Amino acid sequence: MSRRTRQNIGINKEKNWKIYTRGVSLFGASPLKGKAHKFGNNVNTDEIIPARYLNTTDPKILGKHCMEDADSSFASKVKKGDIIVAGKNFGCGSSREHAPVAIKACGVSCVVAENFARIFYRNAINIGLPILESEAASKSIRASDLVKIDLNSGLIRNLNKNQQYKAQAFPKFMQKIIAAGGLMKCIKSQ
Amino acid sequence: MTITEKILAAHCGKSAVTPGEFINARVDFALGNDVTAPFAIDEFKKASIKRVFNRAKIALVPDHFTPNKDVASAQQCRKMAEFAKAYNIKYYFEQGRAGIEHVLLPEAGLVKPGDLIIGADSHTCTYGALGAFSAGVGSTDLAAVMATGKCWLKVPESIKFIYKGRLKKWVGGKDIILYTIGKIGVDGAVYKAMEFRGPTIKNLPMDDRFTMCNMAIEAGGKNGIIAPDGITDAYIKKGKCYSSDKSAVYFKTCEYDVSKLEPQVACPHLPSNVKPASRLRKINIDQSFIGSCTNGRLSDLRIAAKILKGKKVNSRVRLIVIPATQKIYLAALKEGLLEIFVKAGGAIETPTCGPCLGGHAGILAEGEVCVATTNRNFRGRMGHPKSFVYLSNAAVAAASAVKGRIAHPEEVGTPQKGTPRPNKILQRL
Repeated sequence: MSRRTRQNIGINKEKNWKIYTRGVSLFGASPLKGKAHKFGNNVNTDEIIPARYLNTTDPKILGKHCMEDADSSFASKVKKGDIIVAGKNFGCGSSREHAPVAIKACGVSCVVAENFARIFYRNAINIGLPILESEAASKSIRASDLVKIDLNSGLIRNLNKNQQYKAQAFPKFMQKIIAAGGLMKCIKSQ
Repeated sequence: MTITEKILAAHCGKSAVTPGEFINARVDFALGNDVTAPFAIDEFKKASIKRVFNRAKIALVPDHFTPNKDVASAQQCRKMAEFAKAYNIKYYFEQGRAGIEHVLLPEAGLVKPGDLIIGADSHTCTYGALGAFSAGVGSTDLAAVMATGKCWLKVPESIKFIYKGRLKKWVGGKDIILYTIGKIGVDGAVYKAMEFRGPTIKNLPMDDRFTMCNMAIEAGGKNGIIAPDGITDAYIKKGKCYSSDKSAVYFKTCEYDVSKLEPQVACPHLPSNVKPASRLRKINIDQSFIGSCTNGRLSDLRIAAKILKGKKVNSRVRLIVIPATQKIYLAALKEGLLEIFVKAGGAIETPTCGPCLGGHAGILAEGEVCVATTNRNFRGRMGHPKSFVYLSNAAVAAASAVKGRIAHPEEVGTPQKGTPRPNKILQRL
């Protein structure tokens, strides 16, 4: 990280702070395109990945059970690149990082919601699962709509309805973390 | 500044912080459990980090699936134990010397007023009851904290909750927080600090304060916090006490008169779906669970024992009681509380989160209904996706176990003349 970046995020004085990229940049990526899977408000982490699967950290196993208690057929019908579109407070509940890991592992390329629960938000950024907040997209996109997302501009396009929505920009602090390739994935000893 | 802002400012070397600002905060204490730590350990090792930031400021508590429920869980706990040994972690709590992390750490005096605590568990917000800033994060965040002793945080706006009025019999912290979540919703405090205050809180015993702050996350809160006072001081002498300035700026203020509040119950499948217990008398139950980081403390067991003494659990119902820590288990044993539960027909289990998150030791079958003193009643939370969880305080859970349906504690018989009110018992602890 350049000195300038470190100063910008106000951590220049911290000796042992170093963020390493994990090679998954959300920006600079080619646009995402996939079918929308709709969910309502307050989708919680118990629905995303029930506790009966928390005795593993294997993404493949977690992916197979993604959203199982909200829609038991989800993992079998989701296709690589598909997009989850949900309402308010997506990911509420537990701190389990297994939730965004399961979503990413089952092939979902991005989650669009009106807003996210805060721990899920952090976790998604940390593991490099793209997430976007847009009330308009959340309300307008219907199940099975084909959606195209440009993470560089934050533009969400509904190809079925020919509509376009602008996602809320990430705070500058977060953009730097995302640009570094997912938050604090690896922190190296000095 | 608010108490939350003051603690955050003190931990990033600034004289003041404002909501919305991003800070890189110094962490006083970090924790992980057998669900979240294995992920964190993987990340930590991938980075080939040689040492943790401070071996005496990290706690690893195997509590969710312990005693190990299956081979996969055993492997996860093994990973934790080996990591703790390899990195010389001071506070690794082996089974039999442990308990549920959020009850254990305050009990062990490891978290104190004014601290900044980061835990890879959503109920880390519990320690706000001591006047600390504590917030839950995920595993990668924990890995970063273990490596650097730092955590990035966005300074939250605060919501002031003022409670007035003397609580009725059988009503405590659980009822106040359920009522509050019922009013503001499960996203009513997303990204916000929930500051609890007012005359009712001033008289609220420590255990009830833990219960309230524990459930701040169920309203989406970043942290729950109560400024330290005499009750805090009687609980722990250490730490630095902060309080909000009169000029502090709040996102909003909510004021509630809780003098008429009845025992509250959150109905499936959201903690905000709250109704008075007395309006749910038609709900038959299959299981009653008393335990968890929300209500598995000694005062909860005392209240339950008071109701269950000389009574029998309804023949259709399973009662499961789990003291939250070994210390509470022993105290309950010495006080004869465990004998009361066993004689009533209840099952007592060793300290674990167990059934609260549908882990083990009390899973629900399809169609089953459970009254639980826990914190979440999401679909499938305690077992089958078509099971139903009602959240309540320990008195309602005990009374419901006797009646075989959701019951107000008064229905099971009130304490005899001269018996102190539960609130007074709590204050004496």
